[in-house]
Amino acid sequence: MSGFDWLFFFEISLAGLGSGGLLALAGLALVIIYKATRVVNLAIGEMLMISAYLFFAMASSMGLPVWLAIVGTIVASGAFGALIERTMLRPMLGESPISTFMVTVGLSSILVGLVELVWTADPRRLPEFMPTDPVLLGEAMVAPKVFYGFVVTAALIALVLLVFRFWRGGVALRATASDQAAAYSMGINVPRVFSLAWTVAAMIAAVAGIVVGAVGGISSAMGVFGLSVLVVVIVGGLDSVLGALVGGVLVGLVEAWAGAYLGGEFKVIATFSLLLLVLVVRPYGLFGTHDIERL
Amino acid sequence: MRIGAAKQSYEADAALFDTRTQRVWAGLLVLGLCAFPFVADEYWLYLACLIAINVASACGLNILTGYTGLVSLGQAAFMGLGAYTVAVMELRLGTPFAVNLLSGGLVAMAGGVVVGLPSLRVKGLYLAIATIAASVLAHFLFSNLKLTGGTTGLSLPPARFFGTALDTSFRIYWLIVPLAGLMLLGASNLFRTRIGRAFIAIRDRDISAEVLGIPLLRYKLMSFGLSSFYAGVAGGLWAYFFRVVTPESFPLLMSIFFLAAIIVGGMGTILGCILGAVFMTLVPELLKLVIGWLPLTTNATLILSPVRTIVFGALIVGFLIFEPHGLAEMWRRVRRYFHLWPFRT
Repeated sequence: MSGFDWLFFFEISLAGLGSGGLLALAGLALVIIYKATRVVNLAIGEMLMISAYLFFAMASSMGLPVWLAIVGTIVASGAFGALIERTMLRPMLGESPISTFMVTVGLSSILVGLVELVWTADPRRLPEFMPTDPVLLGEAMVAPKVFYGFVVTAALIALVLLVFRFWRGGVALRATASDQAAAYSMGINVPRVFSLAWTVAAMIAAVAGIVVGAVGGISSAMGVFGLSVLVVVIVGGLDSVLGALVGGVLVGLVEAWAGAYLGGEFKVIATFSLLLLVLVVRPYGLFGTHDIERL
Repeated sequence: MRIGAAKQSYEADAALFDTRTQRVWAGLLVLGLCAFPFVADEYWLYLACLIAINVASACGLNILTGYTGLVSLGQAAFMGLGAYTVAVMELRLGTPFAVNLLSGGLVAMAGGVVVGLPSLRVKGLYLAIATIAASVLAHFLFSNLKLTGGTTGLSLPPARFFGTALDTSFRIYWLIVPLAGLMLLGASNLFRTRIGRAFIAIRDRDISAEVLGIPLLRYKLMSFGLSSFYAGVAGGLWAYFFRVVTPESFPLLMSIFFLAAIIVGGMGTILGCILGAVFMTLVPELLKLVIGWLPLTTNATLILSPVRTIVFGALIVGFLIFEPHGLAEMWRRVRRYFHLWPFRT
């Protein structure tokens, strides 16, 4: 392997790490919802999309300063997440997981339609708000957007983990996730926790959406990102935060390597082959808990 | 009020059409379907053929998802397998359409069994996502193999029936609709046999079914195979109907469409997949009409596609929340009302 270009490999890996961070972040949002409410949210990609468009509307069309637009997007997305939970998922409590899954499929379709109705299907660019000087790590060059996106992502993931460790609401959420009945009897308002989980997840998705939009532009087909997120959480295990992080980085790297060495069309194939491999070897993901079924 | 419907034997109780009224209506329906091509115009014939194809495929998905409880988002991929098989056989071998359709079904069936293999280890959502993976892989194969003509796809000649080319909607109607009817009949009979009953037992509680002596893997694979056989034949009909097959013809959205059709129609009923597929195929056409009537300032075609997407999603969500048993349950309510009239239901 004398001709192997290690610098190129390193750069590709860094880019993969960047997108892997984003996948991990979105995967985190999905895992939080799943842990608290046992709903697999297939609309995660579309939630990213709607947040990116909200940011676009606030920053470009309304001309707000970028920091205000970011805060506004996060708040609005959080409220939107709570609204979705209250109107669409709350009535489905106790229904089969497949039904709730299909509700989120319907939701994703509604969101795509809404975006196309308001902003048309044409792709758009978000206003530039990140530094544009190229970043050098050793000899390797990283695209600035990818680098700063990764920094934001990593910081947010750390923040979310800390919040869930120490904040009262985070503890309530973890309690609900591990045993709903016990959480009820300890005086935790479980429906409120459901709302909280969706709000927090939507806020995380909002940040991920803004970064994804800033890196690659926004369009009504952006929700495809959600498929990769789905792969991430299945690979990592649906109910494992650690799994989402490891899975995110893993899928990001695999995507980047496949894209660089095999060609762009192999990206999806590589990730889904990884998914199938994990499903066959460890059906509950790398870090997921294996449910014991009883009659 | 319906009276005099007492069953005197098990055969009578298990019959598909158990009262005379039902038999009369079914006969009228068949007569109506035979008369339809002679009175309808080209557009309605086109719709009728499309509906029949969708009904056949939705019926296949219903066997798997509605009756066996295994969610699949790969129905469109299996249709694609069938369509490509038919197209390749028609172009390369020139075999008669009946052979092609059957092989299309069998190839899709083989694909379904392979995709179904993980179904013993993974269930529910994990399985649904594994089938997404299968459909992504199928799309990749369709657009990269030489045999399938790459991204441009394949165009095929019309099916030939004793020298007559089935090249108009009127002619192919006589192939598609009877075949779809036959498939529906097969599916409704399936659930009067041991196999069909075993599927239902697996749906209701798979561990209990295994305790009762139903080999899970074999029956789950059988369900996958049957369902994708239906999809394959439907895909073959699709190929003969549109006569061009491309990788983009069978997107993931189409799988979602079929899942939506059986949810809207009513999971686990034959009537449900008929009503659902008819309804979901007609709604976009209806929307086109409504938007055409509305006095709009902007270009109507511009908002048609997003509105369709929204309505599609809203129908899924709405039916799941407000009418989880679908149109079939609404139909049953109406029937019950007339059965019990003049008493309150």
